[in-house]
Amino acid sequence: MNPHGGGRRVVIGVGNDYRRDDGFGPMVVAALAWRQADDPRLAEVDLRVSDGEPTRLIDLWTGADLAVVVDAVLDDGRHAGDRHELSLDALDQLADGHSASSHGISLGSTVALGQALGRLPRRLVVLAVSGTEFGFGQGLTPPVAAAVPAVVERACELVD
Amino acid sequence: MSHRADRTLDVRSLARVEGEGAMHVRVRGDTVEDVRLDIYEPPRFFEALLRGRRHTEPPDITARICGICPVAYQMSACAAIEDACAVVVDPAVADLRRLLYCGEWIESHTLHIYLLHAPDFLGYPSALDMAKDRRDLVERGLAMKKAGNEIVELLGGRAIHPVNIRVGGFYRTPSPRELVPLRERLRTAVDQALETVRWAAGFDFPDFHHDHELLALVSPGRYAIESGTIATTAGRTFEVQRFEDHIIEEQVPHSTALHARLAGRGRYAVGPSARYALNRQWLSPLALEAADAAGLGADCRNPYRSILVRAVETVYALDEAIRLIDRYEPPARPFVDVPPRQAVGYGATEAPRGILFHRYGIDAEGLITSARIVPPTSQNQASIEDDLRRFVGSRLDLDDERLTWQCEQAIRNYDPCISCSTHFLDLTMERR
Repeated sequence: MNPHGGGRRVVIGVGNDYRRDDGFGPMVVAALAWRQADDPRLAEVDLRVSDGEPTRLIDLWTGADLAVVVDAVLDDGRHAGDRHELSLDALDQLADGHSASSHGISLGSTVALGQALGRLPRRLVVLAVSGTEFGFGQGLTPPVAAAVPAVVERACELVD
Repeated sequence: MSHRADRTLDVRSLARVEGEGAMHVRVRGDTVEDVRLDIYEPPRFFEALLRGRRHTEPPDITARICGICPVAYQMSACAAIEDACAVVVDPAVADLRRLLYCGEWIESHTLHIYLLHAPDFLGYPSALDMAKDRRDLVERGLAMKKAGNEIVELLGGRAIHPVNIRVGGFYRTPSPRELVPLRERLRTAVDQALETVRWAAGFDFPDFHHDHELLALVSPGRYAIESGTIATTAGRTFEVQRFEDHIIEEQVPHSTALHARLAGRGRYAVGPSARYALNRQWLSPLALEAADAAGLGADCRNPYRSILVRAVETVYALDEAIRLIDRYEPPARPFVDVPPRQAVGYGATEAPRGILFHRYGIDAEGLITSARIVPPTSQNQASIEDDLRRFVGSRLDLDDERLTWQCEQAIRNYDPCISCSTHFLDLTMERR
């Protein structure tokens, strides 16, 4: 039995891998999926990808004991590749205007919507990286790509 | 209230549209001098990416253009490639595609109605604020949307960027038994959708009308979704293969965006109101009854009332999905082979926001030599600008904040999926 109450644990990679650094979340989830068979910490962990559309995101984490959301946030270039870890009470830092989401409702607002609807996981952690390129194109910028292994490892620690 | 002759308004982000872009309005005295909706051209990236890829790849690749309407991209891509390769799919496969598409309409329309558009009419700045007061409404919207999600997940293999779709059909088709629980969910959602129509019919709509030529697919005998020929409200009709003869995209000086216009005419609009005007007679009796009860006439020329059309189309999509499930018999094979040949193929389907055109050139080995994608939002740009120009011109007595907010609403009427066609949207209002 895992220490998260025996309930569902989900890691959600938010983003679009055809939008440069926005592909960070899906890239981390792909790396976790690659490790899942060999890493006991990932046993029975639900690995999912979301484009950030708020209702789907809420559906993915509803009822979970632990949700780890991996996303990229827009940076002015001075802190590209920096990693951030936010818990539920700090998610106002991801309010509108800071999210790199391609949709009209940011991750911060989605969390607030989930809260208003009583649909948040018991514990929610956001692992974010500062990215700089969110235009159409493939491939992470080097500072963001370099952050993938550390975020993969941190996600494994969180779900363990 | 401001009556200054010269003033400038800046709004740095346009809320509640799918994606981002740029909007600029300039007013001098009582004259609206300039209105620009700048949308860049990300499909061009995908068009370039597709060249040299296998003819089987566009459904998967183009699905990544948009998280809201991946099925539309997949269906238009399949239609174009199958047209090039002269392949016709099994009727049961065609029905499953229509069912899948109904799922996307339900998802997309419900998202727009409840989370993006309704807050405008109820005086809330966002869906979040609406949810705090009226959780019941948002819950109803989410429940309906989930019904659509389940269709897409069952047929597409997953809810976003479905992986079960291939040229020629599906990798796997469901058994009739698998569709039974889905049917029950849809039945419940029909009642919620009818309630949605009644609810939205009670909104207070601004008195505003347009005279755009409306363009949509038509498929006599049924409401056009995944196939048809093209028609306009001015009586023009043409085959999808002639799309590029009738729809001209041209560069405009003020924008990096291409603007689409009807050859020999000018601006036109696509989307739910266009579909409704040209396909109303083929709505199901239930949807038609809902439309009549909501006061929608033969067509809908008030863009604010497009929320009602989306609500009626949601009723139709649910009703049609149930009809398709009830008559479903699995095809003998989930797909037909699509051997490549050197040819050009054309496909158009009705994405939730309007007609989505794809064209592919394929060589004898099955490699893509050319690709062109025309999404609905870029086709509506000129009409949105025209609405804004007239809308602002008749409301210059409003203060800056209120006028700007109403401009945003005027844009949201078209449910612009700017994710499909741009990356950044600022609204700038400049008064001189």
